[in-house]
Amino acid sequence: MDLTFSAEERAFEKEVREFIAANLTPEMKRATALTPSVFSDPDIGMAWQRALHRKGWGAPGWSVDHGGPDWTPAQRWIFETECARAGVPNVNVMGVKMVGPVIIGFGSPEQKNFYLPRILSGEDYWCQGYSEPGSGSDLSSLKTRAVRDGDDYIINGTKIWTTHAHHANRMFALVRTNESERQQDGISFILIDMKSPGITTRPILTIGGDHEVNQVFFDDVRVPVANRVGEEGKGWTYGKYLLEFERGAGIASAKLRDALKTVSDLAESDATGRAIDDPDIAVRMSEIEVDIDTLEMTELRVLSALQTGQNPGAVSSLLKLRVSEIRQAVTRLGVDVIGNDGLYVEPVRPLYRLNEAPGIPEEVLPVVPEYLNGRAYTIFGGSSEIQRDIVAKMVLGL
Amino acid sequence: MDLTPSDEQRLLRESADRFVSETYTADHRRRIANDPLGFSADIWKQFADLGWLALPIAEAHGGLGGGAIEIGILMEAFGRGLVSEPYLSTVVIGASLISECGTEAQKQALLPKIADGSLYLAFAHSERQARFDLADVTTTARKTPDGRRLDGHKTAVLDGNAAGPIIVSARVDDGNGKPGKLCLFLVPQGTRGLAVRDFPRLGGGRACNLELNGVQLPADALLGDGSDALPAIEAAIDRAMAALSAEAVGIMQTLLDQTLEYTKIRKQFGRPLSANQVIRHRLADMAMQCDEARSMALRAALMADAEPVARGRAASGAKAKIGKCARFVAEQSVQLHGAMGVTEELDVGSYFKRLLAFETLFGGSAHHYRRHAALSGRPVQAR
Repeated sequence: MDLTFSAEERAFEKEVREFIAANLTPEMKRATALTPSVFSDPDIGMAWQRALHRKGWGAPGWSVDHGGPDWTPAQRWIFETECARAGVPNVNVMGVKMVGPVIIGFGSPEQKNFYLPRILSGEDYWCQGYSEPGSGSDLSSLKTRAVRDGDDYIINGTKIWTTHAHHANRMFALVRTNESERQQDGISFILIDMKSPGITTRPILTIGGDHEVNQVFFDDVRVPVANRVGEEGKGWTYGKYLLEFERGAGIASAKLRDALKTVSDLAESDATGRAIDDPDIAVRMSEIEVDIDTLEMTELRVLSALQTGQNPGAVSSLLKLRVSEIRQAVTRLGVDVIGNDGLYVEPVRPLYRLNEAPGIPEEVLPVVPEYLNGRAYTIFGGSSEIQRDIVAKMVLGL
Repeated sequence: MDLTPSDEQRLLRESADRFVSETYTADHRRRIANDPLGFSADIWKQFADLGWLALPIAEAHGGLGGGAIEIGILMEAFGRGLVSEPYLSTVVIGASLISECGTEAQKQALLPKIADGSLYLAFAHSERQARFDLADVTTTARKTPDGRRLDGHKTAVLDGNAAGPIIVSARVDDGNGKPGKLCLFLVPQGTRGLAVRDFPRLGGGRACNLELNGVQLPADALLGDGSDALPAIEAAIDRAMAALSAEAVGIMQTLLDQTLEYTKIRKQFGRPLSANQVIRHRLADMAMQCDEARSMALRAALMADAEPVARGRAASGAKAKIGKCARFVAEQSVQLHGAMGVTEELDVGSYFKRLLAFETLFGGSAHHYRRHAALSGRPVQAR
């Protein structure tokens, strides 16, 4: 057992570093650092996606026949680690990491040919239509209805917490195509053009002051039956497959390390009056760093299992729980580090395009909004309570 | 990057698990608890036959040249059975100190004896005023015409009752008024002026406190060439913490398994305890913390031979993190067993006490988070 990478992997690491150095502009880096929501806005995120696509790295997890680089788990690890270290934009994952794998796994040849290249190039911008006002953690109780009318479905209902619906030109959604006894049956997975007549989008501001999520209303929206992925009534199976991607099998430790470094740099700066000299802050920094070390080892154990063809299993629920909790611990420490500057509210967005210089050091601006918005980490993608249910069932066999 | 165990490591795990589950029954533990030695000399001989005592010792000195990963595999199995043989004192700490400090002649004389099972060792280092600061030693070694004279005290000397020589740390006093180097001395049992107060140790095995009043040692009692032993002591204790971390994983996993089983069969209000969401979530948290402990124990083992700062950060990180996880798993195991959990009638209490001892040994979580911070360049007092 060892933690060292091979000579080929080292060479790949160098290639990734060189690519980042050549393509990550100071504007992208600054905008990313000053974005207190989960994903970069499309102008920043898609600029990075296009650079990745030009290099053939637009979809790290895809196989080569669909336009992916066919990386080994170790290469993916190196790529994600280097990206996090450099502070590259957080590209909205709905296309490459969410709907892409479902289309690859269950879509028709026509759907693959049409959608996959547009995901890679960034031409299409996707949002996810899963949650509804009445269906949060109990997702399969969803009520948005799709009624067959010739070659179309007519969709009525509403979706909520739709990240970047106001930017997206496409949505993948779970809709009810018929009533059945089990609420998981009768759900279909459907691809919707956001410009279709009858769709309206209402912004929802989160407590950090950011517009990232929305509510979307469907009023007799016609969607071709050809836009259904896979079989009618099997949408729940496809959606669950996708949730596994959302929850983890992920490489989050590098990003958390980068987030902690940002807080640590702030704590060592005069802007915070050297908060690190408070021994309580210094020790908490170590506590979180050790938690990240722990997470990283767990991720490496999963990676090692994947490399030898083993299934890591329900560990993605364990990872989701810890990743979200550690994220919150980092943002909480950030608030404590900046002290009085945490009282300053900057309502204008984006923070990287303010008309006037703020009254506090710029790098401090996103700290409180990140903490506030970050309360959602233990809620979205299956709340921590749901994750514990899953661990009890899948890991402990209860 | 590969964390899959080799075939040899898999075999080692299988044989250790089998040996421990067949040998360390509750009856065996009860017998040993009342034994003045605190462990079984017969079992120690079997450890030798299985090659376990030779594991970390260099091949040139009669060992197998293994490392912290192999020791971790053994220790995890030892945790499952609450093994009380002095493996940590003799093979992990003792062999590490001799390998790092000893002269070639001392290595030739002592290491093969560890490997063949004919030598027990103990390390007497902690002192009352030092708490867990490894550099804080007040025991003195004054120069005499024939060697050195040791004066001072030592606490929590693990397995000191059985040790051939006890390895005692002391600060050399050359009478020039300057604080001297930290050195290690081999002190045989029964040496005049050495008082050993032996006691049963929390969680199994034995330990002792030492009083050293004018303990006269010959010149060749010095381990090594007289250079400062603190780096070797830090290395040995970091490796000991990595080994103990793996042992804690075995103990925690056993507690989780037993508690899970119990909550499935114990019925209250007409249904099993495990049907209640509050219990299921508690068990999920216990499982998560067991898995985190496993990750950190592995990390500490992988870094056991790294450069001192990386090694120390991994060892202290593991000790601090696993200490917290162990406390949670141990306390919740008792809680979920209900009143039976606080009796001597179940095994749970024995495992609980061993984890409590784990937390204490070489410093608790608060101490090791501070050490981690200090090693990371953060301005804290390491103490």
